[in-house]
This record gives sequence, structure tokens and C-alpha cells, in this order.
Amino acid sequence: MPVSNRHMTETTSRDLFPGALEMMILESLRRQPAHGYALVQHIQQRSKNLLQVEEGSLYPALQRLLKAKLVKAEWGVSSTNRRVRTYRITASGLRHLEHQISSFGRMFEGITLVLNPGKSPAS
Amino acid sequence: MDLIPPIFRRRKLLDDLSEELRLHIEERVEQLKREGMSAAEAERQARIAFGNRTVVEERSREVWQWPTLESIWADMRLALRQLRRSPGYTFAAILTLALAIGANAVVFSVMNAFILRPLNVPRAESLYALQHENQDVANQSYSNYVDLRDRNRSFDGLMAYNIAVVGLDTGGNPSSAWMEVASGNYFDALGIQPYLGRFFHAGDEHGPNSAPYVVLSYAYWHTHFQDDRSVVGRAVRLNGHPLTILGVGPPEFNGTLLFFNPDFFVPLVEDPLLVGDDMTARGNQFIFEIMGHLKPGVTPAQAVADMNSIGADLQRTYPKDVGKMTFVLRSPSLYGDFLGRPVRAFMAGLMLLTGLILLAACANLGSLFAARAADRSKEVALRLALGSSRKRILRGLFTEAIMVSLAGGAVGLTGSVVLLRALSAWQPFPSLPIHLAVNPDAKVYVVAVLLALASGVLFGAVPVRQVLRTNPYQVVKAGSGSRAGKRVSARDVLLVVQIAICGVLVTSSLVAIRGLVRSLHAHFGFDVENTMIASTDLSMSGYSGDRVPAMQKRMIEALEALPGVESVGLVDALPLAVSGEGDSIVFTDSMSDLRPSNAATDAAIFNISPEYFRAGGTALLSGRTFTWHDDRNSPRVAVVNREFARKLFGPAANPIGRSYKMRDGTLIQVVGVAEDGKYNSLTEDPVPVMFLPILQSPSSSTILLVRSRAGSGNTSQLLGAAMRGALRQLDAGMPLDIEARDKPMDIALFGPRMATLSLGVLGFMGAMLSITGVFGMAAYSVSKRLRELGIRIALGAQRKQVLGAALGRAFKLLAIGSVAGLLLGILASRVLAFVVYQATPRDPLVLVGVVVAMALLGLVATWIPARRALSVNPLVLLREE
Repeated sequence: MPVSNRHMTETTSRDLFPGALEMMILESLRRQPAHGYALVQHIQQRSKNLLQVEEGSLYPALQRLLKAKLVKAEWGVSSTNRRVRTYRITASGLRHLEHQISSFGRMFEGITLVLNPGKSPAS
Repeated sequence: MDLIPPIFRRRKLLDDLSEELRLHIEERVEQLKREGMSAAEAERQARIAFGNRTVVEERSREVWQWPTLESIWADMRLALRQLRRSPGYTFAAILTLALAIGANAVVFSVMNAFILRPLNVPRAESLYALQHENQDVANQSYSNYVDLRDRNRSFDGLMAYNIAVVGLDTGGNPSSAWMEVASGNYFDALGIQPYLGRFFHAGDEHGPNSAPYVVLSYAYWHTHFQDDRSVVGRAVRLNGHPLTILGVGPPEFNGTLLFFNPDFFVPLVEDPLLVGDDMTARGNQFIFEIMGHLKPGVTPAQAVADMNSIGADLQRTYPKDVGKMTFVLRSPSLYGDFLGRPVRAFMAGLMLLTGLILLAACANLGSLFAARAADRSKEVALRLALGSSRKRILRGLFTEAIMVSLAGGAVGLTGSVVLLRALSAWQPFPSLPIHLAVNPDAKVYVVAVLLALASGVLFGAVPVRQVLRTNPYQVVKAGSGSRAGKRVSARDVLLVVQIAICGVLVTSSLVAIRGLVRSLHAHFGFDVENTMIASTDLSMSGYSGDRVPAMQKRMIEALEALPGVESVGLVDALPLAVSGEGDSIVFTDSMSDLRPSNAATDAAIFNISPEYFRAGGTALLSGRTFTWHDDRNSPRVAVVNREFARKLFGPAANPIGRSYKMRDGTLIQVVGVAEDGKYNSLTEDPVPVMFLPILQSPSSSTILLVRSRAGSGNTSQLLGAAMRGALRQLDAGMPLDIEARDKPMDIALFGPRMATLSLGVLGFMGAMLSITGVFGMAAYSVSKRLRELGIRIALGAQRKQVLGAALGRAFKLLAIGSVAGLLLGILASRVLAFVVYQATPRDPLVLVGVVVAMALLGLVATWIPARRALSVNPLVLLREE
């Protein structure tokens, strides 16, 4: 399930599920605060290169999260000694993430049931 | 985050963002370099991977924006920059719109004040005046008023009032003032509370002369009593009679007539004493207007039926005095239809014309705007190629158009407010309390803003198709110079429309001006040259009975003795001076049943001295004038005008020696026939008039016409001073107005003059607009075709041919538009005939005038572009390529 596809033109590249990118960002940040570049790398690695996060989607998404106060950002220095702007998940971000994951789980379960009738989604 | 984050915090957010993006790319580059890529290649790859940084930044930014408002703000800033880059265009556009919107605001404000805005009294919407059916007047006798008031079931208190001028003496120099004599229930029925003291009430009236009270209007109290609060209870003398000031009206109340603000109010029962009207005679219709509030739930139709049935009953009961008595209900503010109809017709016409001005301005700006958009087609194409949407570009164009129109609207509105304030403060006639209260209100502002927005959308819409059709590839490939000209473009149509509209305006204003000039030089039935007048009312200085004609004779003799004076005549009311002459119905001498419905006609009455015709310059067509022997002891005689003779005796008969009957049966013999004239307005139809000798029909109102010999060296100042001296010797305390004969005619000419002035201004604006329109079009087409013209000149074209190529189209459009405008203007001019006497478009001078004016406008407008076309230097132009 690619979040976005490099071969698609820019105007058509949308999250397949609205909020999916935000959810993955929040999940990544829950594990570890990170800056934008690291987030791209992180999601890519975790998805075993199945997902490529486009910067054109990442930064607007980060701004939306900032605006909704689900994350906060501050300037600092990274482990590689670079000046970076590190994002951290907030308490309300955590609540939001949990809520999202559970509703996404139900949706995913539903979709799997429709696509593979008879199979249990867990298997 | 707050709903609207503080600017500085936003700024930091956005700065952070771009810094972050820059660092992101930098990190990517370093990563790629570590993976073994060359620095340049790494840089390239990183940028490709990142995509369009500006778009990313913009989309990230958008998260923070209050979306539409911010992008509109951005559009506005862009438009402002665009406009600042072409100040000439911006200035011309704003000025054009300011004039057009300003004119509309002024006319709308005047219409609002005269027609739309209700009178400034409580419950104005249910206040109606009782106007006679089939007549534009509302006058009534006091006895009829009382019957109508007491017997009707439709009105909440029927009021009556009359208007009169009186001499007011507050213990010093007596001066004349205008009062309303109003029925006792006047203030209570109107629902008005006093500002100071108290008003008079119905309970104060106990028959004639029982309520000697005065209520001052606020404005008169302010200007003549200097806001002195102790005036309440003070005694003043009106025409020599003592009355007591009861109170002062509220500031916003100026009577119920829009133009006429009375100085004070006196109970109607004082009228016989102060003005001399007979309150008991049912036939004496001296009351100016009757009005009242409809009772809740009563419709105007029901009220009319109610009043008509009372009227029919009165006619049955008093057949001698009461004629056909049927009513219509009208607004009292413009004296029913008397002023209401011409004012409404003229304002509607004026509003139409100013609307046309605005339309012409929009057409003008539309074509300018389209030309501007065409010049920017390269820019538009580039933006389209770079991925901007057409919607975005159109929004930018509309933003620019609406900014221009709003700026124009603001300037225009400011100007019109200044003009309207001045108009409202203006008192056109020093001797009459006439005001034009046309102050703008919220409605005017709203209309101006709406007009500005509408015109912005209108002229902004002109280039829409152009933008939608733009093919970026074509434009960028071919450049802007080679657009193949279509046969008829939208701009051509706009120009023709605009010129046609301007033609209408120029035609109407010329028609009006010609009409005014002609009516000023028409023969009014009297001659104003070399004539001065001295007016007074002898009742103001205490003369009554036989002392009046005796004094009048002495005054005539005193003035005749002045050097250079040719003749001196006396009349009680001056024709064309709105001085309110009397009138009476008359009967043929064979009529024995003297009921109003049997009357032969209703004739105006002028009471004159023997020398009046000579001094006034009125021609006596046949018979004789009066002598001082036509007095009480000799048979009643009259000189009538031709219209009177025609109405009573038929067009062919010789009226000399024939007789007619007055209302009371008095037989009067016609001894002379005078020419017809204009008596009340320039536009009136012939009016029957009888002139009666002052010794048989005395009147205290005294207007002396003093004609000096031509070439006697009498200037008006000298003669005026001599007249004042001579009359003061007879009575030092007499109030006197001395002025040139044509001065009081200003009032009769006021309407036509204002109409001509406003039409002249509109015509001038129309002419200006057509100049700018043609100029814009010609200048644009010359500048677009400079290279072609250069080649033509290089190939040996003659000046004439060059001009034809450059400006032929402009002239053709001008001609088409002018002809259309002229034809439409002739149709529109019919409206003018309402106001301007002798306004006819079927006048060769007007037709020639319009053609010459439009041709001149064309010449002026194309002069500069033509010079430019002729001065093309082919060498310079071709070298530029």
C-alpha cells in the first residue's frame, strides 16, 4: 500500500487513506523523536522499501500535525552533529494515534474480509 | 495555536519551515556523496528526489493560512503591484469610475431624498394628503375641511394648513417670514413632541382669532433667536397683531413639504386676522393641503371611498359653493402630483442617464482592460505553461478590476458627499425658505459600493474569454505582435456601445440647453428690461380698508416723480414669481344658477393700477386700460387676457363690452384684452386671466414696477436707492424688497436651470468618456501596428493612407456609435419636455450640434495617436527588430 508513488504526477498523489501518513508519522515519533529527513528514512526502512514517503507530502503533513498540536518541534543538534528540527509526539498526539490505530485496524479488518471472504484477517 | 496566530509567530514558523527544507536537501546531498556520487550529481539527484521545493513550501504554508482570505490578500498585493507599474492606466480608470459612480451616487441620493425616503415624521408611511381627483392640487375651504375632518371614519385626525408670508416684529426691525397656519390638531395628529415649551392643540381653538400663539421651527429659532431658551412666553407681532411664542419644534421637523421649510407655525384660526382669508365662506378654498394618518387597517381605497361619499354629500348640500368633490390619496411631501409627477419623471430620467454614464464608463474600462490583458497575454501564457490554473489567473484579473472599481467608488463617493453636503446647505432663494435636503444616508453608501462592485465585475469580465482561449504554446511561439485581427472584436462592439451612450447624453444635454435658452428668450407676456420692482404688503405696516388704495396711489406718484422713470405700475402678484395670485371661478352673464359645476372657467386674478400694462410691458390687444376713475362709484370693469376671452366668449367673438359674472353674481364688463403670458411656470398651458382695477378690487399686497427710460443712465443700484428713499419718506417703517424685475423669476426658472445644469454636466461627462474611449482605442491600435505603419511609410504610403490605415477603424466606429446615440437621444429627449420648456430634439441646430460635437470629440481623441502614426520613422522601427 504505497503512500504515494513517484511515477504518479504530483496532483494525483494523495494518501490512499486519508490520515495514513499522519498515523505513520505519529507512530514513528512515538518510538523516537526525529527530524524530517530521519522520518523519511525511517518509514522507508520499516516498510522494507515498500513505502516511499514523498517530501511533498511529509512536510505539509508535519505542519498539519504541528497546527493540531499533536506534535511539537524544536531545533537541536542530531547525533551526526547536524542542525535539525526535531519533532516529538505530544500527549494529545498519543491519544489521537491510539484512536486512529484502532479505527484503522477495524477498517483494515473490514477491507480484508471483503477482499478475502472466509479468511480470518488475523491469519 | 490561536485562531489567527500573531504575525511574528507565523513569520518564524514559515522561516523555520524553509530552513528545515534547505537542511533536508543538504542532508540528502551528503548522504548521496557518502554513497559515492560526485558533488554535482548528488546535488542534482537530491533536488530531483525532493521535487519542487517551492510547491512543497507553499503547500506546507497553506496549512497555516486562513485559506481564501489570505490568497485574496496575495492576489490583492499582486494586483497592486501590477497597477503601480502602469500609473497612467490606473489613474485614468479610477478617475473614470470616480466620475461615473460619483454621478450615480449624487443622483441616487437626490432621488432617495425626494422620492424614496419617507418624511421625517412618525408613521410617515400612513400619512396621505387629500388631492383632488383629476387636478394636481389639494386646496380646500375651511368649512369643507371641518366637515371632512369630523365626518370621516378613515383618518386618525385630519390636519389642514395654509402657507403665508407675514411681517414679524420682535421689537426691532420688522422682517418678513414664512409661516404655516395649521389646524389645532396639527402637531398631535403628526405625533410630534416640542423641543422647547409646548405646541398648540385642538383644544386651544375657540373660533376665529382665539389662539394667538406661535410655534417656532428649530432652524428659525436657531438663526433668528440665537437658541435663546427664554423665548417661550415672549410676545411678538405678526402683521402688527400680538401673539405669544408657545414653544420650539424638534430639530428634525421642517413641516411636511420637502423643499419648503416654514419659519414658524400659527393656529389656523388666526388666518382671518393675519392673512385675511374668509374661514366661513365654503367657496373660499384657501387651505393649501389637507392630510392625515390612515387609521390602522384602513386601506387607501377604502379611505377614498369614504371621503368621496362625504364629498358627494357636501356637493348636494351646498350646490352653490361646492363643485365635484372626489379625491385621490398622495404623499404630502411633494404636494401630491403637483411637484411629485415632474420630480419623479425627471429623477427617473436622470437616474437612467447616469446609469448610462456608468455603463459607458464600464464599456470604456472594459476595452482598456481587454487591451491590457492582450498586452499581458505573454505573461498569462507563461503562467499557464508553468502550471498556474486559468481560474487563478482570472481571479487575479478580477481582483485587479474590483480594486480599481472600489478605489474609483471611494473617490467618487467622497466627491459626491462633499457636493451633496453643499447642496443641502444651499438656500437658492434668499426670500424663500426653500431647502434641498439631499444629505446622503446609509442607503446611498450601500448603493455606491454595490455599483462599484458591479462595475468591477462588469468590466473585469470583458477579457475572460481571451484568457480562457489562451494557448500558451501558440503565444510563446508566435509572440504577441502577430495576433490576426478579427473582423469585429468585442472591443469594437464595446466602443460603439459606449459612443452611442455618450451620443445620447450629448444629444439630451444639447436639447435641454437649447430648450432653456429658447425659453429664456421666449415672450412671457411681459417685458423685464429696464424694470425694477419694490414689494411690500401694506397690512404688515398696519394699513387697512380705504387707507390701502390711498397709500398705493401716493407710492405710485412718489416713484413716478423720480428722474428717468418712464412709468410705474402696481400689481398685487407678480407673474412668474410664485407670489400666489388669487383666482376665482367665473360664469357667463347668461348663467343664473351659480354653482361651481356651471362655471365657465377658473381664472387667475391680478389687481392692477392703470399704468400696469405700460410699466410691465404687457401689450393691450384691444380696448382700453383702466383709469383712476374706475373706482367704487363706477361700474365694475376688467381687462382679460386672450385665453379668458376665448374661454368665455368663443374664439371669434369681440369681447369688448361683454360681461361675465363672478361667483357672488357681480357683473363685470370687459373693457380691454391683453396678450396671453406665462404666470406660474414656463411650461404651463395658456391660463385664463382677469385684471381688475385696484380701486374696485383692493389688495394690500403691493408690487410696484418701475420702468426707466432706455438710456436714462439709471443703473439698478441708483434707481433702487432712489426708490427706497422715496418710499421711506412716505412711511419709514415699511418693510421693502427692492430688486430687478427678473430676480423673482429665478424661482420659476429654478427647475429648468437645475435640469439643464445636471444634463449639461452629464453631457460633458459623456463627451469626456467618449474621448477617452476613442483615444484609448486609437492609441492602442496605432501602437500595435507601428511596425506595419513603418513598413507602409517605407514603401511610400502617403500621409492620408497612413492615417486611414491607423485610424480608419476608430472613425468608422465613432460614426456608427454617434448615429445610434443621436437616434436614441432624440427618443430620450421626450422625457425632458416634462421639465424644460420648449425642449424639442426636432431642431436642426441640435442635430447639427450633436454631429459637430461628436466629430470634434473624434478629432480631439485621435489627435495624439494620429501624430504618433505620422511620425513613425521606418528606419528606427526596422532597426529595432
